[in-house]
Amino acid sequence: MFGWIVEFGLLFKKRQGPNVVGPFGLLQSLADALKYIFKEIIIPASSNKIIFILAPIITMTLALIAWAVIPFGINQVLADINVGILYIFAVSSLGVYGIIMGGWASNSKYPFLGSIRSAAQMVSYEVSIGIIIINVLLCVGSLNLNDIVIAQKDMWFVIPLFPMFVIFFISALAETNRPPFDLPEAEAELVAGYQTEYSGMMYAMFWLGEYANILLMCALGSILFLGGWLSPIDLYPFNLVPGALWLIFKILLLFILFALVKAIVPRYRYDQLMRLGWKIFLPLSLTYVVLTASYLFYFNLLPTN
Amino acid sequence: MIAHAIFFYVFSIIAVVSAIMVTVSKNTVHSVFFLILDFISISCLFIMIGAEFLGMIMLIVYVGAVAVLFLFVVMMLNVAQQKNQWFISEENSGHIPVGLLISAIIFFELIIVIGGWKYKPDLFISSSSISNEITNTHSLGQVLYTDYIHIFQISGMILLIAMIGAIVLTFRQREGVKKQSYLKQISRERADGVEVLEVASNKGVKIDD
Repeated sequence: MFGWIVEFGLLFKKRQGPNVVGPFGLLQSLADALKYIFKEIIIPASSNKIIFILAPIITMTLALIAWAVIPFGINQVLADINVGILYIFAVSSLGVYGIIMGGWASNSKYPFLGSIRSAAQMVSYEVSIGIIIINVLLCVGSLNLNDIVIAQKDMWFVIPLFPMFVIFFISALAETNRPPFDLPEAEAELVAGYQTEYSGMMYAMFWLGEYANILLMCALGSILFLGGWLSPIDLYPFNLVPGALWLIFKILLLFILFALVKAIVPRYRYDQLMRLGWKIFLPLSLTYVVLTASYLFYFNLLPTN
Repeated sequence: MIAHAIFFYVFSIIAVVSAIMVTVSKNTVHSVFFLILDFISISCLFIMIGAEFLGMIMLIVYVGAVAVLFLFVVMMLNVAQQKNQWFISEENSGHIPVGLLISAIIFFELIIVIGGWKYKPDLFISSSSISNEITNTHSLGQVLYTDYIHIFQISGMILLIAMIGAIVLTFRQREGVKKQSYLKQISRERADGVEVLEVASNKGVKIDD
């Protein structure tokens, strides 16, 4: 999986890439993982040790616990709670703590700058993601993730809410610190941002947490807009495929889009990033909330249950 | 039921201990982290009594946004040094009496509320249309946007005014700051920027004068 993103980047840059380990170098990521496990964990002497160790653990844990509510089928969900979407939103908003703690506890300039950048960025883009979620919820009338999927039986929300889908995707890029919004770890300015002082398995935990977060955002996007585990057309050969496979397929589709964007878009400047979040996305999505609400109200389509 | 009790005591012990640690711990950043732990355990308690919407909103608003800003400010300021100066300096600070007054008021309010709740339950009439058929979020929405719509709107207005006030207080026009004008950048034509010159050999042209 992690190899994919590398491979995609290489494909676009016409580079060879790792091609020694395994067929076509496919086992390179396994080799990398092994390398991380056997590397020494260095804890800087002037760091705040407890928080320093806690930070990658928190990042990883938060990225994983959010998967508890993702539905893979009508009954294939670990915890079918009433406020599933709020739960995911809450957990992803907690994700910023791993980064802040890591940056602060390192007690060094670059990680601190990186973590402060990241905190401001994630908080700003959470606002627009929240408002986009409100758009979808207006059409659904329930906070349960399975209800959201079932409400898209006739039409995926990507069709009526296409602008929101685009904004959601870009906000998800910013929320997970992916390029072109990877300013917290901009290597040209901040070495590696909040991860600078981390090594070995702790660095790998940050990394895995980040990727789990990306996959979570992809899952959220496919549940909110692409119909979750529903098949694209409810016809004979398609509805035989189990829903879980459809969801995984959609997640991977969005994941490839993430990789594509990484390969083709240059990095934003920080003030441009903030301007995009607060002055463009926020008014746009708020306007769309008003539009959606008035459309649903005027045509008497508001979900009542 | 026993599991319920165990969870309740675990969360409430964590909440109380971390609330104490907020005030006791020497490092200000640690205090904020304990405050966050406190928020999280309180939202767990909310979820335990069935108010899952409140619990989640508590997580999103307080932990996800407010506490991040707290951390931000505390990390940026050198609070530890300021505090030391404050304790060392001889002159009396005006902050202590005000703080004491406010905390006394809060304490008495709490006593009144809890005492009244305990001994005069009929003072707290709740339009209890709470049924198990509709979810927590639904019932909250039904009450909030019908019976309490005015209070809801007023609180929204107060927040809006606070926001505008904060912007007005911090907004200042600075001189000599370079600003990017997107309109200017986009509307730039090739003719404005590029000039094609016939350059005579061994002469050169003078540009930038």
